[in-house]
Formats: sequence, C-alpha cells, structure tokens
Amino acid sequence: MAAPLTRDQMAWRAAQDLPDGAYVNLGLGMPVLAASHAPRDREIFYHSENGILGVGPVAQGLEIDPELVDAGSQRVTLRDGASVFDSAASFAMIRGGHIDITILGGFQVAGNGDLANWDAKVPNKGPLIGGAMDLAAGAKAVHVIMRHNNSDGSARLVSACSYPLTAPACVKRVYTDLAVLDVDVDRDGGGFVAREIIPGLSREELTTATGAPLIFAPDCCDLLAPNLA
Amino acid sequence: MIDKRVDDLDAALAGIAAGATIMISGFGNAGIPANLLRGLGSMGLSGLTVILNAVRRLEESDPVFFADEQVDHVITTAFRGPGQETAAFEQQWRDGKLTFEIVPQGTFAERIRAGGAGVPAFYTPTAAGTPLAEGREQRDFNGQARVLETALTADVALLRAQKADRYGNLFFHGTQSNFGTAMATAARLTIAEVEEISAKTLPPEQVHLPGVYVQRILQAARED
Repeated sequence: MAAPLTRDQMAWRAAQDLPDGAYVNLGLGMPVLAASHAPRDREIFYHSENGILGVGPVAQGLEIDPELVDAGSQRVTLRDGASVFDSAASFAMIRGGHIDITILGGFQVAGNGDLANWDAKVPNKGPLIGGAMDLAAGAKAVHVIMRHNNSDGSARLVSACSYPLTAPACVKRVYTDLAVLDVDVDRDGGGFVAREIIPGLSREELTTATGAPLIFAPDCCDLLAPNLA
Repeated sequence: MIDKRVDDLDAALAGIAAGATIMISGFGNAGIPANLLRGLGSMGLSGLTVILNAVRRLEESDPVFFADEQVDHVITTAFRGPGQETAAFEQQWRDGKLTFEIVPQGTFAERIRAGGAGVPAFYTPTAAGTPLAEGREQRDFNGQARVLETALTADVALLRAQKADRYGNLFFHGTQSNFGTAMATAARLTIAEVEEISAKTLPPEQVHLPGVYVQRILQAARED
C-alpha cells in the first residue's frame, strides 16, 4: 500500500534540492517548512519579501522582537550575514532576477509551466495576491509544493489551469505527495516528466492521478523521505 | 529652525480632510502606525481612499474605519479578511459600498516608489499573461510581454519607525521600514510615529529615511 508523503516530507524533499550558497524565497504554508529540513551543512540565505535576506529560525523567548517579522508575520531571528531593507528594494531583488529559487504553493500547475496559486474563487472572500506574482515572474527558478490531487480526487497537475494564472510558463519542478515531476519543456503542448515516485504506487496509478501528459524519466526512482513524525 | 516634532495625536493628524488619499505602512505587525491609525479612525472622516499592503491590518488597528464606512476605495495586495468569515470590508465590497484595486505586492511597492521618484509609469514583467493584465497597455521588450503600471501618490502617508530627530530623519528597526520608505516619498504630508525621539541628531550613516520626506514626528510607544 502506497503511503503519500506528509506535508513535512514534501517540504523535506523540496529542501534537498536547495544548493549550498543559494538565495531562496519560501512561500507561505508548506514551502516555509522547507527551511527546517534543508541539509545543515549548506549555507542557504532565505529571503522574505517584506525585507529580509537571511531569515533565521522562529524567535523564542528573549529573542522575540515584535518589529522583526517574516512574510508570514511570524516573529523571526536573523542569521549571520543577514540584511534588512524596504519593500521596494526587496521586490527589486526579486524582479531583477537575484533570487535563485522560489518555492511556492499551488492550486494548479499546467504542463507548460503555468502556475495558478492566488485566487481559488472562494465565495464571500476577497482576493489576495501578496508577492506571488512577482516571485513567479522574477525568480530564476520556480518550484512548487502541492498535493497531487484535490480532496475530491481531481487533478492539480493539468493541461491548462482553470484558476486565474499567477504567471505563465514559470514552473520548473513540482513536489507532490506522490511524486517529484519536472515540467516537460520539450513536449509540444506541455506535460510532465516523473523523476521520483512513492514506493507502492504504480506508474499507471500516477498517470491516472495526473491531468496532463506524463512520461517517466529513464532514471525515475523511488521517492523516499525520512519519517519526520 | 526646523523642528518637526508634534506634541500629540491631534497635532500629528491636523488638517487631514474627508476624501483624502492615505498611504499606510506596515507588514505583519511590524511598522504599523497603530497610534496614528486609532487617531485617524476617531476623526470620523468619510470618503477615504487607503493604500496599504493588507486591508485586514487596518480593520485590526481600528474597526471603526469599516464599521462607520469611512473608506470608499482601497488599493491593496490583499483584500481578504482572516479565516473563513466574511470581514466587514469584504461585505461592504459585496454590498457595493466600497471598491478596491488588487495589485501584486512588488508592483504595489514600485508604483509608490515611482510616485515619490517622479517617474509617472514603468513596464514590469509581473502579471504579464495573467487576468490582471487584461485590457492593460502592454509592450514587448526583448520578445517578452511587459505591463505598463502607473505611479501612486497620496495626500498623506502614515508610518512607524524606531527613532527620529527633530529634522525628521528616521531610523528603522527590524522589518519596520517595509512600505514606509517609499510611501514617505510619495505623499505630500508624511507623519511618522516613533518609539523614541533622539535628543541628539541621528548619525548621518544611520538615517534610513532623510528628513526631507517627513513633515511630522510623534513619539508614541508601541502597544502590544
């Protein structure tokens, strides 16, 4: 019986792809969990769009400073070598292509790399964009962490997004609870290439769970994550 | 002699009129001019246009802004209340009593920066190819679509800093500056509340926002 990855396991897997020396922006929700799962021997600078380069762990006790928060409004610390700046400077850093990787959440990713993650059309609620559009348009690489399917079983990896786009053709890699997939830029009309798949899930089952053309990399292997419970 | 210090909230907010366009700094709970906002809310002005990152912060600072329908229009990156409940401002939008413009956060910051820097408009990659770009002026640069965005200015900017001197020079702490730095440049009247007014002039290298952009300084402790 295949066991889908937990939220922390998905974040752990995404974190393993953050290289030493990278400048990384983590979106709210699952992406921000990646910071605590990155290999300890790598120096990674986390950018927060409200004006931090070098976000440290969440502040505890005497470290707490009410005027020092991250983009999720959490009271945080700063790491060695950190800097703070204003929002216009922070988005110049993003839009100017100085952030290596952003990991974002997603509602839908299309086989051509289109991302929809800002407006799920919730009735009675207004829209919220925040920094997602700037990050998707400006970061050198956009990685997405999201569940492979909605709770009703419908696909979130799709041929074309039905939700409003955050940015077109921006996503490189997607980490789901079932697989690690790359956007298939070589395929006409788009699709996904599975790199890793959880043990116990067949290729046919993954193909059925995916709403866009899917192929398997020649070296497609098991998606193994530690027990983080 | 230049002395931008004011003695109380009334003096800090004097002259702000109904129908004003007001920029409000703050991100999360950092850099929120909470004292000025409570003072502004109690003035009972109507027809306000507010420009701020997240509308929920205004409601959290003083519910009276929406309870008394003081706000007509909002320019924001987040027109959403917390949780699943419909917030007062979301309800007023649904009832047709309030309008809003939703803007990506980097575009929001840059439109304000441009407003303060004398740049009327600029092209940006953000939002190209999304519904927000529909019907907007676009142009290709190096074969890629870019969206024209126009500058934002305001009658008033409200922000919070850590330290000031009588010249209006400001020093920010932590992530306090956020939108305040740009907003101060884009408003005709910038009012800063600060934790501390320094008896001595701030060292020039520690001035994060030059006093030319700041008209009034009010000492007001952060309340948590």
